[in-house]
Amino acid sequence: MNPLRLLILFFTVLAAAGLTGCGGDPVSAVEGAKSKIFLVNNKAEPRFLDLQRCNSVTEHHIMLSLYQGLVGESKESDKDVEPGAAERWDTNADKSVWTFHLRKNAKWSDGAPLTAQDFVWSYRRMLRKALGAQYAEMLYMLKNGRELYDGVVKEEDLGARALDNDTLELTFLGPTPHFLLIACHTSWWPVPRHVIEKYGGVYDVMNPWTDEDKLVGNGPFKMKRYLFRQYLEVERNPHYWDAANVKLDGVRFYSIDDDAVEERLFRRGQLHATYSTPLSRIPDYLKNHPDIVQNYTNCASWYFRVNTTRPVLSDVKVRRALAFALDRKSIIDNVLRARQQPAAGMVPPMEGYTQVNEFSYDLTKARQLLAEAGFADGKGFPKFDILISKNEASRQIAEAVQAMWRQNLGISVGVTQQDFSVYLTSQQKLDYDIAWAGWNADYFDPASFIDMWMTDGGNNETGWSNKAFDKLLDDARQCADAGQRLAILTEAEKILMQDTPVLPLYFGTRTRLIHPAVKNWQARLLDNPVWHNLELISPPPHSSMDAELNRN
Amino acid sequence: MLRFTLNRLAQSIAVVFLVFTITFFMIRLTDGDPFASPKAMPPDVRKVLVERYGLDKPLPVQYFTTMGSYLKGDLLPSMSYQGMWNTKIIKDAFPISLIIGVAALGVALALGLPAGIIAAVKKNTWLDFGPMSLALIGICLPTFVMGPLLIMLFGLKWRLLNVAGWFEKTDWILPAVTMGLIYGAYIARMTRGGMLEVLNQDYIRTARAKGVPGWKVVMGHALRGGLLPVVAFLGPALAGITTGSFIIEKIFNLPGLGQHFVSSVFNRDYSLILALVVLYAAVLVVVNFLTDILIAWLNPKVRLS
Repeated sequence: MNPLRLLILFFTVLAAAGLTGCGGDPVSAVEGAKSKIFLVNNKAEPRFLDLQRCNSVTEHHIMLSLYQGLVGESKESDKDVEPGAAERWDTNADKSVWTFHLRKNAKWSDGAPLTAQDFVWSYRRMLRKALGAQYAEMLYMLKNGRELYDGVVKEEDLGARALDNDTLELTFLGPTPHFLLIACHTSWWPVPRHVIEKYGGVYDVMNPWTDEDKLVGNGPFKMKRYLFRQYLEVERNPHYWDAANVKLDGVRFYSIDDDAVEERLFRRGQLHATYSTPLSRIPDYLKNHPDIVQNYTNCASWYFRVNTTRPVLSDVKVRRALAFALDRKSIIDNVLRARQQPAAGMVPPMEGYTQVNEFSYDLTKARQLLAEAGFADGKGFPKFDILISKNEASRQIAEAVQAMWRQNLGISVGVTQQDFSVYLTSQQKLDYDIAWAGWNADYFDPASFIDMWMTDGGNNETGWSNKAFDKLLDDARQCADAGQRLAILTEAEKILMQDTPVLPLYFGTRTRLIHPAVKNWQARLLDNPVWHNLELISPPPHSSMDAELNRN
Repeated sequence: MLRFTLNRLAQSIAVVFLVFTITFFMIRLTDGDPFASPKAMPPDVRKVLVERYGLDKPLPVQYFTTMGSYLKGDLLPSMSYQGMWNTKIIKDAFPISLIIGVAALGVALALGLPAGIIAAVKKNTWLDFGPMSLALIGICLPTFVMGPLLIMLFGLKWRLLNVAGWFEKTDWILPAVTMGLIYGAYIARMTRGGMLEVLNQDYIRTARAKGVPGWKVVMGHALRGGLLPVVAFLGPALAGITTGSFIIEKIFNLPGLGQHFVSSVFNRDYSLILALVVLYAAVLVVVNFLTDILIAWLNPKVRLS
């Protein structure tokens, strides 16, 4: 055969392959608005689709469409709740026993009735070591919760009982006035016993009940399709109690982790909402396309963890010197440029909570502290490294801080980049000097940012321990009065800041690009979208990016 | 021929086996952990996962159980993504990388071969310098520049094609062209070199002396020999092209093998890394085998022995 003929044959095969190749349905933002399918980038591939094993923000966003707890975050504000699977509730005088009355028409997405027994069964499942639920400890506040996890009491002893099919009674260790906000967290939502038991072992990681054709939930949407590394799509759940008020017919979650790629998709009219915006593009969008960009604080704290077991860093004066030598405003204005707030303490602004304002940019103090520690003008200070994961924003911040400490204190600092997974294990093993880190609130409460620093807490990772601090956390947990509890937490934060195992830097914002077709997108502090409240307008109204966004 | 085939087959199996063994032990030497998560995992929870995936057993035991599963055709589940089986991941992703790769190869050949042939025939004219300069630029421009450049023009400026994703029938074009341009540049230069060498041979002069028309000399006599370096290059390149390019798949957000390759390493997903590396080794071995046969067919001087 002649090579030329071989080539011709090759191209024929190629043409055939090309024509049959691509799959999926063609959907642009404009088409999506027409068919009421919301196209959103969700950043990461879910690692777990089993509700009770989920442990990331992005998984949480998917779960918000598939499930619903007793109550949910209110449509208006995430500082408040509204009825979910439960239509009403009452508590005893000291708020240690809560009774929830489920809706008579509450159903699973396969039509099976959702009962109080389902909730009880779910909590018992969550509190079994064999399941391996990362958030199991959220349920320790239930009476005998911890004991059940440790296997020292029977399941019947757990402080969660079904009084009848529609009535759930929760008994807590002590007064729990803020339970409703906590109940918005996935760990308190139900999983479908009848489906899990049907497809395999209740605690088996490989139980296929979360497959696209099997998963059942009780949320406004149900699973439609899951294409790994492409998207996960949910569609309207006709059995949802409030289905009539759900305005979307579906949500498609993409898992694009590169913000440059998602921005291009958005500009080509292929997305309704991005997850973030490339750092370098934020100022331009804020200035020229204020109608497209959404910039809001998201209740996140960004800081440096300090390994307090390292020789020089074990000295509180050194840690405080480092904290005072950080020009937070300059980093925000010159590196981040997305309207973040300088952080003088660990806890972001929250209603009713008195923040601790420990750190400002104070060079005199910083130099004085460093001199007191025996390193006047940085002389003799050993070299140490800032640990970051491989990510552009982190690198820029680390380099800015590196320059600041050299210039302000005369100490030399290196930067180490590691793969995300290695970066996480290095911190867990205390194998670092100073590490760049951030924390999002699990639920709207200052404790979310303070609890983690208790002695030997899984997320402490600094080797820091303070008995007075631990004691205050215990007191806060026992405290029935909401205001007094917050005051105790402020005291605890004060201790944390005085000892400085963390160097706070800034409180985060989220910058998303939102298509003009989207109605009711809210800037929410926990950044949990209320999928069932979103709307798409077709044809989309005019915007400053019409030519780009409204593709044919 | 039979002896050659059997011989190569035995070699191939040995290579894949070695790759399996080396990969299995090497990934365990790296830092990191497949179950690492931003919110620290309580030890009890970790234990459940470690036991579920058999990571608590001694390494040699793990090695032999893993090998046993592979021999049965079971590539085990991914450790980072619950309920995802490696076989399914590969089954979904491989066709996408394959389509892009084959299309890219088509683009590369369609551009590279004619350019190379013409450049060789019209040596030292503008028909030589023009395409060869372009080819040099093509070789120097990395895909992560070429890709966004094409996206900017065809996607964002002229709005003809999607900028990323795998949704429409046309979504293979931009990635394939991006990748094809670079390989095409290599092929053009290699074709030119190969052709120049052959065109100086005695048998070409003989053909011309006998009055064979010019184009027939080039296409019929010279091309067969002139393509040898290209074929030798394409063999190993084909394995790389069809198992996915991470950069291309990242820029165009394609759910192909290349993305899995890199993200599995970032995630320290031991089982998925192993499955992908073994697959890559197998494809490489098969393609090399086919290349050897093709070269023997193109060049009578090489005999299968």
